[in-house]
Amino acid sequence: MAVPYLWLGLFFLAPFVMVLRIALSDAATALPPYAPHFEGFAALRDFLAGLDLENFGLIFEDLLYWQSYLYSLRIAALTTLIALAIGYPLAYAMASAPMRWRAILLVLVILPFWTSFLIRVYAWIGILRPEGLLDMALAALGLSDQPLRLLNTETAVLIGMVYSYLPFMVLPLYATLEKLDRSLLEAAADLGATPLRAFLTVTLPLSLPGILAGSALVFIPAIGEFVIPDLLGGPDTTMIGKVLWTEFFSNRDWPLASAVAVVLLVVLVLPLALLQRARLSRAGEGGAA
Amino acid sequence: MTRLGPGLILALVAGFAFLYLPILALIAYSFNASRLVTVWGGFSTHWYGALLSNEALLSAAWLSLRLAFVSATLATALGTLAALALARHGSFRGRLLFSGMALAPLVMPEVITGLSLLLLFVAADVERGFWTVTIAHATLGLGFACIVVQARLVGFDRSLEEAARDLGATPLVTFWTVTLPLIAPAVAAAWLLAFTLSLDDLVIASFTTGPGATTLPIKIYSQVRHHSADAALFSGSARRLARDQCRLHHPDRLRRHGGDRGLAAAEAPAGPGALTLATRRPRRRLPLNGV
Repeated sequence: MAVPYLWLGLFFLAPFVMVLRIALSDAATALPPYAPHFEGFAALRDFLAGLDLENFGLIFEDLLYWQSYLYSLRIAALTTLIALAIGYPLAYAMASAPMRWRAILLVLVILPFWTSFLIRVYAWIGILRPEGLLDMALAALGLSDQPLRLLNTETAVLIGMVYSYLPFMVLPLYATLEKLDRSLLEAAADLGATPLRAFLTVTLPLSLPGILAGSALVFIPAIGEFVIPDLLGGPDTTMIGKVLWTEFFSNRDWPLASAVAVVLLVVLVLPLALLQRARLSRAGEGGAA
Repeated sequence: MTRLGPGLILALVAGFAFLYLPILALIAYSFNASRLVTVWGGFSTHWYGALLSNEALLSAAWLSLRLAFVSATLATALGTLAALALARHGSFRGRLLFSGMALAPLVMPEVITGLSLLLLFVAADVERGFWTVTIAHATLGLGFACIVVQARLVGFDRSLEEAARDLGATPLVTFWTVTLPLIAPAVAAAWLLAFTLSLDDLVIASFTTGPGATTLPIKIYSQVRHHSADAALFSGSARRLARDQCRLHHPDRLRRHGGDRGLAAAEAPAGPGALTLATRRPRRRLPLNGV
């Protein structure tokens, strides 16, 4: 039973310590070995004195990083809101569908996972690019004969993000909405509530755990997303995941990339805690998604 | 409730159209005789032939399949154990930490997981390649496998296990003959999920891979990038491409790493982007070698 703990401790927790360690070191010294020895107070003081906060200083000074963090938060928030706006009606309709349909609809939501993520993003390049499928369809319908030029814009990134993360929003929403006791709605109707009022005062509050879980499942990974902004975005859509990737692979600055990762982790602590809370409040109901 | 109003039917149709139209379009165009997405040149299986004769792609696919097989098996074994531990031992020390730890890889941005694992492998001086990616993917898949198996364990009838124990079965025998067959569907689903995740992962694999271990997504990614560069040039977006290049290799960064990237600096395209970026504060200069 202890094996998975050890595994996670070794390959999930320990690496974060390593990231912090590298983030606090100088680029030139980013070679092993660097494990410090905590032997006594003097050693600790030496260790603290040897810490190099320069990478963090750079991140806080340089507008590029600030803008990337804020931009990532913005894109992640917009993605979450749009996914919620599309996913909630979809999950609600799925949960309201006749029982025999539900299993099929559920499989339909999960099915895109079994196709390659990269290929799906690639499909959007073909759709969104000038004279791509979308432009052709709009021209054929006589709606627009001008190319929309969506590819390499923020809109394209948002479309790609919502598309890729939508199932993560729909699944927990569906799980809570399906369990919802429909007799509560009937009671509300009997007491004279309009459907809208019944929805706002009964359905919506009861589905809040699903909304929270779904939003966290979309928001958290979306902040650090790399592939979608890289392939669908343009020069104006620099998200922090791409900054980290570039610092690491193109500039080969491991300490700076680590510092970017540490700050990103700090940004994520609050949504992660919210997710864990939403999960615990649904404990015994079978976990997220 | 079995009535679906027109609004809900619209939500269903629109939602699933959004999810499936891109995939359908892609499948349709994989049979397109023309090289361009915008032109339908008739039905053709040419690209499938081209795919089957592309040895680099095929060997990457073979590597990815082997890697996904091993990492999914590892992830499922560990995830099942983790799920059993969480479901069986009501409260134990560090339960909160452990459940959080099993959950976190699910949502952790891949760039962080990838980078941190790589730094661990470098610190441990492990040669990077097939096995480092396998370990990374097993860690990623563990959390997913754990959640899938845990969901199955919620309604599990423990009296069956107790009966086996009463009849003299050892815990191990009980697990193999009673528990495992009962949770087998969830274990199979967990394995398939971990397998797909591994097969599909680009970011974590890119960080943790080494020479000679190019997985299929890494190969596809480099080709998609290459292809979209072609397409951008083709559609007259060369200027945008140049700006993209500036951003990636902009002068500040090159100056910062001037030591070993002087050549690249000479090649950096000049454009409006480069001018604005060049006015930025010069960075500290570092002799960065060897990493």
